[in-house]
Amino acid sequence: MTAAIRIEKLGKRYQVKQGEEGSSYRTLRESLSDWVRAPFRRPRKKNNQAPFWALQDVSFEVQPGEVVGIIGHNGAGKSTLLKILSRITKPTQGRVHLKGRVGSLLEVGTGFHPELTGRENIYLNGSILGMSRKEIERRFDEIVAFAEVEKFLDTPVKRYSSGMYVRLAFAVAAHLEPEILLVDEVLAVGDVAFQNKCLGKMRQVGGEGRTILFVSHNLPALQVLCDRAVLFARGRVVADAPVAETVGMYLRSVEERAQVEVSQRTDRAGAGRSRLMRLEVHNGEDGCSGPLQMGGPCRFTFHVDRLAPGLMCVFNIVDEFGQGVTKINSNYRSQEDFMDPESNSRLVCIIDPLLLAPGRYRVDVGLYASRELQDQIEGAAFFEVIRGVACGREAPRSRGDWKFVLPHRWILPHDLG
Amino acid sequence: MSGELTVVESKEETLPRAEPAVSDAVPAETVIEPPCGWQFLNVRELWRFRELIFFLAWRDVKVRYKQTLLGAAWAVLQPALMMVVFTIFFSRMAGLSSGDVPYPLFAFAGLLPWTFFATALTNGGNSVIGSERLITKIYFPRLAIPFASVGAATVDFAIAFAILLLLMPFWDVWPTAKLLLAPVIFFLILLVALGMGTLLAALNVNYRDFRYVIPFLVQLGMFATPTVYMQPRGDETDLRALLMMANPMTSLISAFRSAVLGGHISWDSVGISAVMAALLFLAGCLYFRRVEDSFADNI
Repeated sequence: MTAAIRIEKLGKRYQVKQGEEGSSYRTLRESLSDWVRAPFRRPRKKNNQAPFWALQDVSFEVQPGEVVGIIGHNGAGKSTLLKILSRITKPTQGRVHLKGRVGSLLEVGTGFHPELTGRENIYLNGSILGMSRKEIERRFDEIVAFAEVEKFLDTPVKRYSSGMYVRLAFAVAAHLEPEILLVDEVLAVGDVAFQNKCLGKMRQVGGEGRTILFVSHNLPALQVLCDRAVLFARGRVVADAPVAETVGMYLRSVEERAQVEVSQRTDRAGAGRSRLMRLEVHNGEDGCSGPLQMGGPCRFTFHVDRLAPGLMCVFNIVDEFGQGVTKINSNYRSQEDFMDPESNSRLVCIIDPLLLAPGRYRVDVGLYASRELQDQIEGAAFFEVIRGVACGREAPRSRGDWKFVLPHRWILPHDLG
Repeated sequence: MSGELTVVESKEETLPRAEPAVSDAVPAETVIEPPCGWQFLNVRELWRFRELIFFLAWRDVKVRYKQTLLGAAWAVLQPALMMVVFTIFFSRMAGLSSGDVPYPLFAFAGLLPWTFFATALTNGGNSVIGSERLITKIYFPRLAIPFASVGAATVDFAIAFAILLLLMPFWDVWPTAKLLLAPVIFFLILLVALGMGTLLAALNVNYRDFRYVIPFLVQLGMFATPTVYMQPRGDETDLRALLMMANPMTSLISAFRSAVLGGHISWDSVGISAVMAALLFLAGCLYFRRVEDSFADNI
């Protein structure tokens, strides 16, 4: 059986064009003046354009009906790969053979216009995604039912809540029915109910025998949906194996990268107005290093280089299987929070008591300012939790079948003893 | 793998994968390769995406008229107001001739295709830059964008044209059989608009100064197309006649007006302009095709 997707030695080089003021595009004036000066210029010793290989020597095949996950750290080339497969950008080297109609979900709601109604946007978006008008009409009712927006079909989309917007956008895209489906982290938007719906639909699509390439950081979802995963790092394929194995390799590489000091890390995302320089995880109120005691207080100290206005620090604690355990956000305040007059580049989070089960955990950090992502680091720090006494009672001795303790009280029969 | 992960419905894993769903046609094979310089228009692909071009144009028109007070009247107001201004300044004060046609009608009939051309050039030239999100997220033949932009301008033209036909009886001018030639002339104007609009759209992506150049070009263009507002005396020197020939819009606008209002059509100049229109169209599309692969990277 011929492969649905065959990628041969794919490479993509970005030429970072330097405009005069460091801008990324040139003006006609610059081009013309370069042209005029050309005969007089001495041969350049070094090209002032910095090439950057987003992808290099990538080759693999996907058979019809396979569901393949693409994982890797930020900047590894996953989105570039999808862009090339979606024909949005062309490769610098190599070639790709695709058999069948390709549908891309790189973003939800591409082409939606806020002034148009839901109904009009379904037609517009469907057409942009490649559906013919007849196809859209045929699936119109299903799309509306999936999105649950029957009552609002004739209202301009700018009046929709963000949840409705995302549901409608995904509903159109979900009914594409191409032979090959490329999905890029689309499942990261929306609330939990919606994400489950998306997962369900993708599972259904996979079950229908379509080929799916799925880029995501949502490792548990990947492990459910995919048979196989390809691991990317710095633009190259590092592993191509059954999903559990590849995910394990990826988690191990995250740990390795965490060995590098946070301030030296380059695999970040975000605009960069504020960057995390160091993350310290300490035991106790006063902070001594070492494994954290379950049931005791602990301290997470985030050192940032610059305090962007309205800075918000969000960190996830993730267990050793890549499953998120909890998420803490500095914007959700309470009376107990304290604004320290002596600190202007340090955010401290004290968790007391720490109710996590013994084991190894990882901290992923995101910094936001003015509603925009400024910095994102996976595995900024790792820590161990050891057994202890939480809320005045011992924790179960078994490991692996529980994740955290909940404060509780028993009311027991008098004679129990 | 521990069982705490999201629930795995083991039933699904044991079901054999279904055969790929049968589609309407044999699955097409697509090959993606590095760009290779000059590429011709992919007419078949454009035809396949014809509905998208229609939807994009429809979107532009709908959005323009939603939430406006006067709606479709804007399509007529622009040439109508200019007609008034021209009548006062060019006809009354400057005494420019319009032959044997009343000046207001003369001006309106000339402004009509010119307004279309100016709108097509401006909107077309900025169309690709304005569709940055589309270009970086989804694939479709990029020519659809400037084509749809020019298509949207056609709608305005059609409305204003209808008004022109209704206005003519007021000056006691009636359409003749020559009216049937108007669509043909319009088609030639459309070719010039498409060619230049597409070229400007492509240039605008890599050289952002074109955003400022376009309105200036359009304004200059109107003065460089004297047939919009006056009837040439016919006694120009060879140099001036040559300059007028260099601008295909000169004879096309004159021919359009003659077709609608009844008058002499100079077929040899229309012929020359037709050839220029075809060449401009091809040049614009070819340049666009050559650089379109870099849009998503540079935009």
